[in-house]
Amino acid sequence: MSAHDQGHHDMHGHHEDGQDHGSFGSYMIGFILSVILTAIPFWLVMTGYFASPQTTAIVILGFAIVQIVVHMIYFLHMNTRSQGGWSMMALIFTLILVVITLSGSMWVMYHLNTNMMPGMTHDMSQMP
Amino acid sequence: MAPHPASENSGIWKLIFGRLDWSALPLHEPIVVGTFAMVALGGLAVFGLITRYRLWGYLWTEWFTTVDHKRIGIMYMILGLVMFVRGFADAVMMRIQQAMAFNGSEGYLNAHHYDQIFTAHGVIMIFFVAMPMITGIMNYIVPLQIGARDVSFPFLNNFSFWMTTSGAVIVMMSLFVGEFARSGWLAYPPLTGIAYSPGVGVDYYIWALQIAGVGTLLSGVNLIATIVKMRAPGMTMMKLPIFVWTSLLANVLIVAAFPVLTAVLALLSLDRYVGTAFFTNDFGGNPMMYVNLIWIWGHPEVYILILPLFGVFSEVVSTFCSKRLFGYSSMVYATVVIAILSYLVWLHHFFTMGSGASVNSFFGITTMVISIPTGAKLFNWLFTMYRGRIRFELPMMWTVAFMLTFTIGGMTGVLLAVPPADFVLHNSLFLIAHFHNVIIGGVLFGMFAAINYWWPKAFGFKLDRTWGVRSFWLWVVGFWFAFMPLYILGLMGVTRRLRVFDDPSLQIWFIIAAFGAFLIACGIACMFIQFGVSIWKRNELRDTTGDPWNGRTLEWSTSSPPPDYNFAFTPVIHDNDAWADMKKRGYQRPTGGFEPIHMPSNTGTGIILAGLATAFGVAMIWYIWWLAGLSFFGLLAVAIGHTFNYKRDFHIPRDVVERTEGERTRLLAAQG
Amino acid sequence: MATASPIDPAFLDQDGNPLFHLDHEPHHPEGSSTALGFWIYLMSDCLIFACLFATYGVLGGNYAAGPGPRDLFDLPLVALNTAMLLFSSITYGFAMLAMEKNRAGATQGWLAITGLFGLAFLSIELYEFSHLIHEGATPMRSGFLSAFFTLVGTHGLHVTFGCIWLVTLMVQIARKGLIPANQRRLMCLSMFWHFLDVVWIGVFTFVYLMGMLR
Repeated sequence: MSAHDQGHHDMHGHHEDGQDHGSFGSYMIGFILSVILTAIPFWLVMTGYFASPQTTAIVILGFAIVQIVVHMIYFLHMNTRSQGGWSMMALIFTLILVVITLSGSMWVMYHLNTNMMPGMTHDMSQMP
Repeated sequence: MAPHPASENSGIWKLIFGRLDWSALPLHEPIVVGTFAMVALGGLAVFGLITRYRLWGYLWTEWFTTVDHKRIGIMYMILGLVMFVRGFADAVMMRIQQAMAFNGSEGYLNAHHYDQIFTAHGVIMIFFVAMPMITGIMNYIVPLQIGARDVSFPFLNNFSFWMTTSGAVIVMMSLFVGEFARSGWLAYPPLTGIAYSPGVGVDYYIWALQIAGVGTLLSGVNLIATIVKMRAPGMTMMKLPIFVWTSLLANVLIVAAFPVLTAVLALLSLDRYVGTAFFTNDFGGNPMMYVNLIWIWGHPEVYILILPLFGVFSEVVSTFCSKRLFGYSSMVYATVVIAILSYLVWLHHFFTMGSGASVNSFFGITTMVISIPTGAKLFNWLFTMYRGRIRFELPMMWTVAFMLTFTIGGMTGVLLAVPPADFVLHNSLFLIAHFHNVIIGGVLFGMFAAINYWWPKAFGFKLDRTWGVRSFWLWVVGFWFAFMPLYILGLMGVTRRLRVFDDPSLQIWFIIAAFGAFLIACGIACMFIQFGVSIWKRNELRDTTGDPWNGRTLEWSTSSPPPDYNFAFTPVIHDNDAWADMKKRGYQRPTGGFEPIHMPSNTGTGIILAGLATAFGVAMIWYIWWLAGLSFFGLLAVAIGHTFNYKRDFHIPRDVVERTEGERTRLLAAQG
Repeated sequence: MATASPIDPAFLDQDGNPLFHLDHEPHHPEGSSTALGFWIYLMSDCLIFACLFATYGVLGGNYAAGPGPRDLFDLPLVALNTAMLLFSSITYGFAMLAMEKNRAGATQGWLAITGLFGLAFLSIELYEFSHLIHEGATPMRSGFLSAFFTLVGTHGLHVTFGCIWLVTLMVQIARKGLIPANQRRLMCLSMFWHFLDVVWIGVFTFVYLMGMLR
């Protein structure tokens, strides 16, 4: 964490934190990009464009990540300046934790399931 | 609770009271009835005294509705101390039971009662003792150390406190109405599923933690915003007092970890109330997912508890050695690294549950890695002491005791981090000894250091040394007597939470542990006597300088207790240890030119909301659906109504500031 | 004095001596911490969703011989729902732009439209849920359905609270106009609303679209 000295020198009114409220243009860019980035994954899945579900999954996950970034920039006005960089730092920290929680849980639970309940996932579908 | 005959609990009664009826009162448990009688008498006495001396109005306007971070901090500490007595009573009961229950004796606690006690002990000590105490200390000290007048969101601060209290009230209620969970402090399903725990115990657990959790989370958000936004001019991040740094990271962990607890308890509640299949054995549920999620919260939680105390020790060491802290920046980085690593180790709490070699080794290694920054901290404290002029005042004594005790606890932790060793020691008394070693040796000793260190700041007089020293030695010696036998027992294979024993050769160790608990009880008694004696002799112990220890950080630059506005003028900071720097540069306290000071106003909304939340929790626990609905909409209505109040601040007039500061000038002049 | 660090020239008085306090109160803009505080709260909310996603990720394949995503999900309906949320996002953006220009009437209008899109989203979601429950795919049926209903339902609950908040704000703007306090609240709700949109990207991708690939 770098040494920020903010918050106290800039005491003039509203936009002090480099908070960017966007413009009509930036909102429209964000909106159009989101529509495109939403439409393509739906289209990919609904038409079954890729034969392999794995490919489709990876591609639509990619689209989701890009769209999240688009929303962050154009709707949530994230940038490195807002709040002296603190909101960006909070976001990055949170994203790291989200990745740890999601991938960690799935990794751990996958191993638990394979070790402790071999064949269970298969048997489940046969359950009455 | 046994199921009741339908006739007794049906129709209109059930509509009004849900599953609450007379059998919920534990009249068949003489111990509980006795406790109830004592608590009721004590409560009545307190109530009577407050009424007799007409203190209700004072308490309401000056304390319950206050938004002053200092008063809220003190209220947190009182809550923590009260709950500490309850939690410790549970501990003593367990020690006596385990020392007795040999050679065919069943002891004096039945299984139903004993299981509630070990659950309540854990829950209370973590959530309603350690958490309120660290929150209280952070609340009191952080704004003072950064030269602020209050926290960023003063109303939220009051609300957070009352939500925490609401959780504590619900836990205490379970002692006398119904029962508490019998599942251990983390309430693993499927035992806590509705199939195996149909009673109200687990619901008490869930709602107490959920309601208190709201308070904890909001106070975390509040303190982060305060530290980031409210620092005095000149106080860059690398000039923050180290206690503020550790508080910042502890609060970051609170905000990052408590949502996980909220989510996992919500899922458990859905299983219990709606009948979903998250953690059930059938219908595709997976109980291990609960264990996984709750430890994603649970491991950072222990760092939430210890980090602020690392800060306390740092402040104490540097003050009482009259030196700058050795390796300030390495201390900061070590804290940051610990905070991040604390997210990567949760699986070491369930090595034995079958995740396999690759997963276990990853988490074993990350766990061991944490000992590196922690070790760095320890060396920093030692190097600060090295060639310092150490004054062995009470806070310093607790710090030295911490360094010895915590190091042993840390090392047994590294032992447990080795997965193969953990297969032997998992869920044994070795584990119990380990975490008591770090939590008592770290968190509690740190708390006592903090109380002795900052008491003069909060109340304007020092704590009595004689009784403090007595309490210290009884505690430290008692601790070793109480927990070393548990290490030995754990190595011999004794598991936790047992109520009766077969092997008579083990008894001697439990008797030694019980003796240790007795010494600790005496230590606690001495601590309360210390408080009493100090209040009694407050004029002898009075400190008028505001700086009784020759302190180094900003809180010592103002009067003791600090005025409502903390600082007459916003301080400007040039260096670490701002107050030491000011003293060195020949700072003169300003005696004129005061201005009105802008402050937040008190509000009763926090306590009203928390009251409604308590009603909601109780209604959910007892299935009193009308009350649940009513209190929920009440919460919503009061919260929305509060947002229509735009007038939330006032100015302390210039003449009040002048009078207060003039008084301090007079006092400082009088003592020369 | 050897260890004393050099002083920032901004904190020296006219004679070059260090200042130890400000002569006048620094003007902290009212509520200057609010945006950051609210953002931190949103980050914590984000972690609640992370847990629900993780639970769905772990339990999402446990159908317990009940229906799976392919039997249940209706992608055109989800696409419609997504569109509602996207529209509400852009209209909220327009409300914020109107607020910037200090046009209370336009702000109110765009807020109303945003609220209607929000309600449309909720209605479609409720229709979907009731349809599923009607078919026997209740939250109690399997681990998969428990996780599905909880994740999607929690998002819906957030949208519901967002709508309540939105109405409250409209009343407050009607009463007090676009005063700074109300502007701040609009900005917080804006973050909340767009944040829910971001979560929904995760939901439609991870739950619906990837569910159809199973």
